[in-house]
Amino acid sequence: MRDTTSAAPHTSATPLLQTVGLTKRYGSFLANDKIDLDVWPQQIHALLGENGAGKSTLVKAIYGLVQPSDGGLRWEGQTMVLSGPSQARARGIGMVFQHFSLFENLTVAENVALGLDGKESFKEMSARLQQVSRSYGLPLDPKREVWQLSVGERQRIEIVRALMQNPKFLILDEPTAVLTPQEADQLFVVLERLKSEGRAILYISHKLEEVRRLCDTATILRGGKKVSTCNPKAETAASLARMMVGTEIKQVKPAASREITVPRLVINDLNLEPEDPHGVHLRDISMELRGGEILGIAGVAGNGQDELFAALSGERLARDPGTIVIEGIAAGHLSISRRRKLGAAFVPEERLGHGTAPRMRLSENALLTGHAAGNMVQHGFVNTAATLNAVDRATETFDVRKAKRDPEAASLSGGNLQKFIVGREILRNPAVLVVSQPTWGVDAGAAAVIRQALLDLAAAGAAVLVTSQDLDELIEISDRIAVMFHGRLSASLPTAEASREKLGLLMGGSSLETKEQAHAADT
Amino acid sequence: MELTEAIILSVLAASTPLLLAATGELVAERSGVLNLGVEGMMIVGAACAFGGAWLTGSIIIGALCGMFAGVLMSLLFAAMALGLAVNQVATGLALTIFGVGLSGLIGARFVGERITPAPHLHIPYVSDIPLIGHILFGEDGFVYLSLALVVAVWWFLYRMRAGLILRACGDNHVSAHALGYPVLKIRMYAVMFGGACAGLAGAYLPLAYTPFFIPGMTAGRGWIALALTVFASWLPGRLVIGAYLFGAVTILQLHAQGAGIGIPSQFMSSLPYLATVIVLVLLSRARTGGSTAPAALGTVFVPDR
Amino acid sequence: MQLILEKRAERSKTVALASPLIAIGLTIVTMTILFMVLGKNPISALYVYFIVPLADGYSLQEIAVKATPLVMIAIGLSLCYLANAWNIGAEGQFLMGAVAGSWIAVKTQGTGAGHWVLPAMLLLGALAGALYALIPAICKVRFGASEILTSLMLVYVVDLLLDYLVRGPWRDPQGFNFPTTAEFDPVATVPTLIEGGRLHLGSILALVVVAAGAVLLGKTIKGFEIRVVGAAPRAARFGGFNANQLILLTFAISGALSGLAGIIEVAGPVGHLQPGISPGYGFTAIIVAFLGRLNPIGILIAGLFLALTFIGGEQAQITMKIPLDVTKVFQGILLFYVLACDSLILYRFRIVSSSPQVARGAH
Repeated sequence: MRDTTSAAPHTSATPLLQTVGLTKRYGSFLANDKIDLDVWPQQIHALLGENGAGKSTLVKAIYGLVQPSDGGLRWEGQTMVLSGPSQARARGIGMVFQHFSLFENLTVAENVALGLDGKESFKEMSARLQQVSRSYGLPLDPKREVWQLSVGERQRIEIVRALMQNPKFLILDEPTAVLTPQEADQLFVVLERLKSEGRAILYISHKLEEVRRLCDTATILRGGKKVSTCNPKAETAASLARMMVGTEIKQVKPAASREITVPRLVINDLNLEPEDPHGVHLRDISMELRGGEILGIAGVAGNGQDELFAALSGERLARDPGTIVIEGIAAGHLSISRRRKLGAAFVPEERLGHGTAPRMRLSENALLTGHAAGNMVQHGFVNTAATLNAVDRATETFDVRKAKRDPEAASLSGGNLQKFIVGREILRNPAVLVVSQPTWGVDAGAAAVIRQALLDLAAAGAAVLVTSQDLDELIEISDRIAVMFHGRLSASLPTAEASREKLGLLMGGSSLETKEQAHAADT
Repeated sequence: MELTEAIILSVLAASTPLLLAATGELVAERSGVLNLGVEGMMIVGAACAFGGAWLTGSIIIGALCGMFAGVLMSLLFAAMALGLAVNQVATGLALTIFGVGLSGLIGARFVGERITPAPHLHIPYVSDIPLIGHILFGEDGFVYLSLALVVAVWWFLYRMRAGLILRACGDNHVSAHALGYPVLKIRMYAVMFGGACAGLAGAYLPLAYTPFFIPGMTAGRGWIALALTVFASWLPGRLVIGAYLFGAVTILQLHAQGAGIGIPSQFMSSLPYLATVIVLVLLSRARTGGSTAPAALGTVFVPDR
Repeated sequence: MQLILEKRAERSKTVALASPLIAIGLTIVTMTILFMVLGKNPISALYVYFIVPLADGYSLQEIAVKATPLVMIAIGLSLCYLANAWNIGAEGQFLMGAVAGSWIAVKTQGTGAGHWVLPAMLLLGALAGALYALIPAICKVRFGASEILTSLMLVYVVDLLLDYLVRGPWRDPQGFNFPTTAEFDPVATVPTLIEGGRLHLGSILALVVVAAGAVLLGKTIKGFEIRVVGAAPRAARFGGFNANQLILLTFAISGALSGLAGIIEVAGPVGHLQPGISPGYGFTAIIVAFLGRLNPIGILIAGLFLALTFIGGEQAQITMKIPLDVTKVFQGILLFYVLACDSLILYRFRIVSSSPQVARGAH
């Protein structure tokens, strides 16, 4: 273990918050193993680590949501035992959750009130809400219900709610994962101001460049243990990544040259009303994807990516068959099974509950998408040997680690399950693969395997459509990138021309005119 | 005039148990719990209430017995559905099956007995005003209580912080838990309130509606109360309209039977049940754009620690 | 002290097998207490409930006769519940089948009609049950109305219809004003398997239904479809399965089996149509389905077990004056325990102290 904390002068003699040998066990699983962490006032402290490294458990313990199995917390040098978040809030600890803890059908003001301890009247609280949101430049309409708001606005509620407690210590869990680069910059301004006001911030992220830019100190976790505390500004993104992963990360290698062939997936002026009233209306979506190509679709979550996936997969049908053309055949009216028979394959964002049935075995999950084509079903009867065979092939080809030959899907780790799902689809040799958030919440090793598999599939002649909120991922593997905003899809830019700034502007919906010009030039 | 008055009076009486049970269920459902055991809690409440009143001669003690029995039944449900994370639909069915049997067992010795039913309010002169006086000021206490309860529940849900927290649990239990609210405990209280109301609704039947106990006397009213919460879109005010509409159907078909309009009585008796089906269809159809049901309704919650 | 649940990584197979047995054990303990409260000797009460009916041939036959409708209905219900479609109106579909099938029996009464009568009755009974079950299913699929409530409401409706028919148009003129049809003709009666015995052809049919259910769920893609739609609806849609069609299908199958059970009961053990032909078979079958863990073989065993409690309950009423309602209480308690034990399959129970411990090492 090394400790290269820069000897930055601390304004106080004792850290604001310490975890001392903090340990959390779930059954036989050690989520946190004797973690020591010191956070000082006026410090932005990064907490880095891969998925499953124990970051979430650690901050839940600091926020009083889970009880440590061993070790504990100190606050301003004194031992602190928290029986719940309200006690944490009373001390001055605030938290902005990654998966927002908001209530969709309640108003902004009600959501904020629920995060406070109710010592003031609703009216006073509303007035203070207005004032805090104005003073930090985080505008909010207290009377609107949350489901009507964008992801960025929802995060604003979380932040304002935390600020209204006037916290000394603020935890932010992956706050920029859902923001455009420009929105992230605005957030950093707010965070710098909070720091200058003397507050401490614990900042969880896996975007290393922004950690280097923003944070004073970084603590790195791996496999539940603390690996290091260092000054991120003295490190490189690569050295930080090495500490997180433990080994050198395999770089993905695109094929030297790929042959771009015939159009395999074409969308013609797709318009689709949302099924669910909280959903997004798809408008005038057109694009063409050829064999050998990877098209990336960027965008902030909730701008129609889910709806587009449902329309492409056939989970929702379009009225006009010609709006979606797969392998030259009008498929807008065809069911998902018929589309699979045409050579299309799909990987949805949610692994558990959408891509797989969590409490069913892998062989049954192979049957889930394999029953339409191939030899898994004969005369209505299931060929169990064929389904097991599919599991074995995916296991071998994609290095899926599991406890036994045919376990339940839910028992696999995120990375291994995602490798199984991607493998299940790729081994069917699809001509078109539509994949949503291929490496979301997946460890770096599995992410590299999956990205390489997508590149190899394109090299073999398939057309690949990747939707992701991770711009770095899209820039790494796509040939072209388009952006979704409010249910519309921009014209695509060649990746070489797609700077983060340009994409960020499109993601914020701010350059529609230029987009239309580009569209005109495209056709 | 006399007939109209009699009809309105009996509509109010027939509606009251529906309103009581539905109000309790509405609170439970607003917290995210679907307790299908209303019928079971009601019938046990009816048996215990009659027993209590018959043994002590007091309507109030009888009503308290009914409420207490309803709470005990609801705790059984809470232990299963909240404590052990069992499917709420199955648990609710179990509660009804169990309750029907248990009420038969408890009520067996009271079958054939009679009590003096709950007295009606009588304010001199005021209650004697033709039509209105009797209807507004001449009911039994349960009728007023049920209406007061609806107002109280509305006030609680929309004007009190505790009500806001309860609604939050019904909207998203994960968020409520993350903010530190004891979701399961809050739901348990909501379920217990539902049990008390269902017990009271059951108590109304042998204490005020008919002054004797017969097995199965709830005759599906618990299920109709469940349908009423859907009808009301989980809004307390609309429960009153729904309950009185159903009460009206029940009473009008009885009067139609009495008037002998030539339709077999069984067909008239099936009207409240058919009306429930039709209302459920029409309302669900009208709400094509999503449901107004609490978002977490009926889903299992197991907190991590 | 506080009970908490920990999710298991995988469902436990051992507990899955043991859970119905644990549930029965706990129920018997509870019943022992209940008998003591009622002032009955629990040992002899349990003996009358569970052992006496097994001791003589007549009772054994009677158990099979009672188990027949329970098993047939429960197999259909298990398909619904696996697909997450909550048909709780099997009692009504049972009665509808009985009414529809009886119509043929009543109309052919004394006309010397041939051997087509019984097959036609069974067919019509199944068809009527299926159509009656399709009402809530269509209301659900087409309008989104809760199938739980609509299917249950229809129980009351058909109950009243049956009442009307046997008191009105179908009443036996020689029946001393009792609400019943005349005894069915021999061609309209389900034949018994043993001369002079109670066991009838319906029991064989029930076994066929069990076998068909086992094949459907275990071996076919349709069975997989039913299971996946219930277990993970979104994944099922992604797999290309249509949940709405499946609701219609499972309700129709379930209704047909309930209707068939209904007409077999009327044309077999009862012999005529009258109110009260069912001691709540449609509701008890819900318990059978869960006790059998929604598995056809399990349901067969569970059906026989609950039939045993019906017979035992009757015996206990006769010999020990234990009220019949005790049987219903028993069945309700059993369902509670079954559901509670099923929770053990997915979760591990752990008792922890509820106050946060003062962590060591932080002093």
